Amino acid sequence: MSGHATYQPQSGFMKWLERRLPIASLVYSSFIAYPTPRNLNYWWTFGGILTFMLGVQMITGIVLAMHYTPNVDLAFNSVESIMRDVNYGWLLRYIHASGASFFFLAVYIHMARGMYYGSYKEPREVLWILGVILFLLMIATGFMGYVLPWGQMSFWAATVITNLFSAIPGVGDPIVTWLWGGFAVGNPTLNRFFSLHYLLPFVIAGVVGLHIWALHVAGQNNPTGVEPKTEKDTVAFTPYATVKDAFFVGVFCLVYAWVVFYLPNYLMATDNYIPANPGQTPTHIVPEWYYLPFYAILRAIPNKLAGVCALGLSILVLAFLPWLDTSRVRSANYRPLYRQFLFLFFAAVIGLGYLGSQEPSGGYVIAARILAVYYFAFFFIILPVLGLVETTKPLPNSISESVLAKNKGATAPASGA
Amino acid sequence: MNFHRSILTLAVAASLSGLGAWSASAQEADAPPRQTWSFHGPFGTYDPAQLQRGFKIYREVCSTCHSLKLLSFRNLAEPGGPGFTEAQAGAIAATFQVTAGPNDEGQMFQRPGQIADYFPPPFANDQAARAALGGKLPPDMSTLAKARGFEAGFPYFIFDFFTMYQEAGPDYIHAIITGYTDPPKDFVLPPGGQYNKYFPGNAIGMPKPLNDGQVEYTDGTPTTVDQYGRDVAAFLMWAAEPTLNARHRLGFQVMIFLLAFTVLLYLTKKKVWHYVLHDPELEKQRTSA
Repeated sequence: MSGHATYQPQSGFMKWLERRLPIASLVYSSFIAYPTPRNLNYWWTFGGILTFMLGVQMITGIVLAMHYTPNVDLAFNSVESIMRDVNYGWLLRYIHASGASFFFLAVYIHMARGMYYGSYKEPREVLWILGVILFLLMIATGFMGYVLPWGQMSFWAATVITNLFSAIPGVGDPIVTWLWGGFAVGNPTLNRFFSLHYLLPFVIAGVVGLHIWALHVAGQNNPTGVEPKTEKDTVAFTPYATVKDAFFVGVFCLVYAWVVFYLPNYLMATDNYIPANPGQTPTHIVPEWYYLPFYAILRAIPNKLAGVCALGLSILVLAFLPWLDTSRVRSANYRPLYRQFLFLFFAAVIGLGYLGSQEPSGGYVIAARILAVYYFAFFFIILPVLGLVETTKPLPNSISESVLAKNKGATAPASGA
Repeated sequence: MNFHRSILTLAVAASLSGLGAWSASAQEADAPPRQTWSFHGPFGTYDPAQLQRGFKIYREVCSTCHSLKLLSFRNLAEPGGPGFTEAQAGAIAATFQVTAGPNDEGQMFQRPGQIADYFPPPFANDQAARAALGGKLPPDMSTLAKARGFEAGFPYFIFDFFTMYQEAGPDYIHAIITGYTDPPKDFVLPPGGQYNKYFPGNAIGMPKPLNDGQVEYTDGTPTTVDQYGRDVAAFLMWAAEPTLNARHRLGFQVMIFLLAFTVLLYLTKKKVWHYVLHDPELEKQRTSA
């Protein structure tokens, strides 16, 4: 491939290194010459944003851990001491705490983009499944991080979520005791959550490595869903994708900084500024916003075991998406019916999120049940059937053809003037 | 669902043990009216005079029952706070008696506070507070302004994002101070409870803490309950969030930097992509290079 030349070491040292560890050519082929479809839109920048957020969370988290004390009697005050006495401790903590929300915001956009453009389809199934694993790891890490400040909501969230495992028939209660390291959520629970909260981000980083590897083997999907055919269809990762990603990281950071500096407690539960008290249950136990759709599904089902199964299934079903969707056309741009059902699905998830934050009574429960039914029907009925019956729009022959068609429309008035 | 029912049972049991029991049955509390605060918005800062007045109220009234455990006397002299000098903060500390020790004889002893000491709590422990106050524990006030609030719900939380509304806590505290009224005719007040229209469940254990003219101001500020509520809420907001001034100042610098940096990145992106998008000749060279 003439346009995407391979790495040629120039200096003596790089030639020496190349024969022993070809790391420079790996970086070159992965992040410089790597061909990316030329028609990627800004929804494709969220992979880079997520990598950036992982870095932010790890750096701030490592420094916060230097000042944090994982002990039930000291944890709350150690977080307050970070806020009050550590130099820029308030900044680190607010970046980290709001960072969790922005990490999830980015991952939801990233997942929605994958669903809209059919990025999970052949040959990207493994890439997608690695993404689902990353999402599960993020859920676990975020949850355990939320417990660490040991406020009221930390404690009761830990109690509620670990109690979910007691639904398992027969062995449920021993499992919960084992998770707690005692007969209630206590110091051993806090200690292991801290340990795992520190460990899992490194596991995430490892799986991100696999995710990027799989991406670079299969290549990126693009808005047309048509694979690149010639060099005209692609541009080099650097500078084209890097500068575009960097720009949108900047846009993302503007919103992120807005929350960190001006609304740091906007996404935090007020109850979490009350030290944990096992003797007093908060009036509403509500998880963080990013878990609310799944929480609503859990509560929509009037049987504990079935609710927990539905909760688990609602996330695991994503891993089977490549096989549940029977359509051979990737992009929703060419699937008019799928597009409508998909937007309904997104609306249902947002609706479930809202219902998850409300008291589970009356009309709210009924609404949550309807939306939960749609959530699962989308995966198990609509997707398999739609792929077989839907009439899709004609696909462009190539990426550059679709870009040219688009540019013609855009540049026509300019040439006429 | 069994599990939620058990949580609910726990919640009811817990609230039955205190005055909270009425919260389950009583009508919804009124929404605290939103006040104007000097620390609201991107350039908001604490008003040192207001914090000093609020501190005076805490010291003369609230501190009889409420602890402020996470605050130290030195905080009073730190930038972005009530603006006392170190000498003044030391003098304030000296008016408190703190328990220190053990001394060489192994005994704990009382001594005047020093600037590095934390505010001593009014009771030796929670049990002592409960025993003295009819079974109710007054909450510690260190994080109170962030631990209280009022959920405005949809769609207000969307507006609040853009208006940077972060003052639900002080609004709530001000509302509680000013919310003592006569109960409606059909309202059954539990023994030891006071009617407060902003308190969840409307029956609050704390007797009306402040009345007009109760705390003397030397700067000509009106000595009304409304003003007291405003001042003590501002003080408690500072106690809960002492770094707000620094946060707003740094935030502005960061926003300006990010804005300029992002615009530059956008222009760079535009330039880099120009040939690909708009110049077929150069684009041909690129792909055949």
